[in-house]
Amino acid sequence: MIPLQVAAIVLVGAGGLAVVLARDLLRQALLNSFYGLQLVVLFLVFQAPDVALAALAVGGGAAPLVILATLAKLRAREERRR
Amino acid sequence: MSARTRLPLFLVSAAGLAALLGFGVAGLPAFGDYHGPYGLVLNHVVLAQRHTTNVVAAVVFDYRGFDTLGEELMLFAAVAATALILREAREEEARQVVDSVQSEPVRAAGLAAVPVVILLGLFVVAFGYLTPGGGFQGGTVVALGLLLVYLAAEHRAYRRLTPTQVVDVFEGGGAAAFVALALGALLGGLAFQQNFLPLGRIGALTSGGSIPLLNWATAIEVTAAFVLLFGEFLEEVMVERRPG
Repeated sequence: MIPLQVAAIVLVGAGGLAVVLARDLLRQALLNSFYGLQLVVLFLVFQAPDVALAALAVGGGAAPLVILATLAKLRAREERRR
Repeated sequence: MSARTRLPLFLVSAAGLAALLGFGVAGLPAFGDYHGPYGLVLNHVVLAQRHTTNVVAAVVFDYRGFDTLGEELMLFAAVAATALILREAREEEARQVVDSVQSEPVRAAGLAAVPVVILLGLFVVAFGYLTPGGGFQGGTVVALGLLLVYLAAEHRAYRRLTPTQVVDVFEGGGAAAFVALALGALLGGLAFQQNFLPLGRIGALTSGGSIPLLNWATAIEVTAAFVLLFGEFLEEVMVERRPG
């Protein structure tokens, strides 16, 4: 394994830990999308560009959007109740 | 359970887990160790058999095309179910909500990026079987490009650009085209999903036989699926924000 690959694995480990440890939901959602981008780097340095592209589109774009939309709806509903 | 009893219990289980993990990691094969014959065989035969320079695309749309058919229908079913649950006659309510982006620079830069992102997505689709990429990846990028209209302008503009009736047709049509291509081979007396078109010149957009067609069918279905998914989720948010 080359140092770049080791660095990518360590980053993904740290990123995953950060997502789990975040308590605020919005912060967690944003950390999760960063974690998705770290996975892209991981796949790229392990020479899997096809997987990296899929991870970029889904993990860095589509999934965070769906999560953020859900959070926005929950927040708006809470505000209406008040 | 008190904190006093919890801590020893945690330490004992954590130590057990750490030991198990260490044991497992120590027994892993060396990095890059690969014993499966199929990957190596495919690396050698794909170019000669299919004239496709991206081996991954040949596996996804040909050698293991049956798996992709399953994934395709899975996405179709998932989005159809989402639409079934979330789609109500609330479009009118959602349209009353004005959420225009007020910042002119954000609006201008965002909208200028829309055609660029869509073109990038189409490029990723079109060259998916020559270089890394493909219908799934490119289709998602195109959908995200359309979504930029919401991020940079407003929800109503996104909905006007992607009328549900039209996108529905594309979603069903893309999935149906994939199935039709697979069944079409049967009509010609070949095996299910067998590659039946001329293989073309290596490196050309027309290479790979029916791989390009399956690739584009996937792209259409995936783009439409994500556009519908985003639309449904955004509508849910807008309905909550409606005035009154």
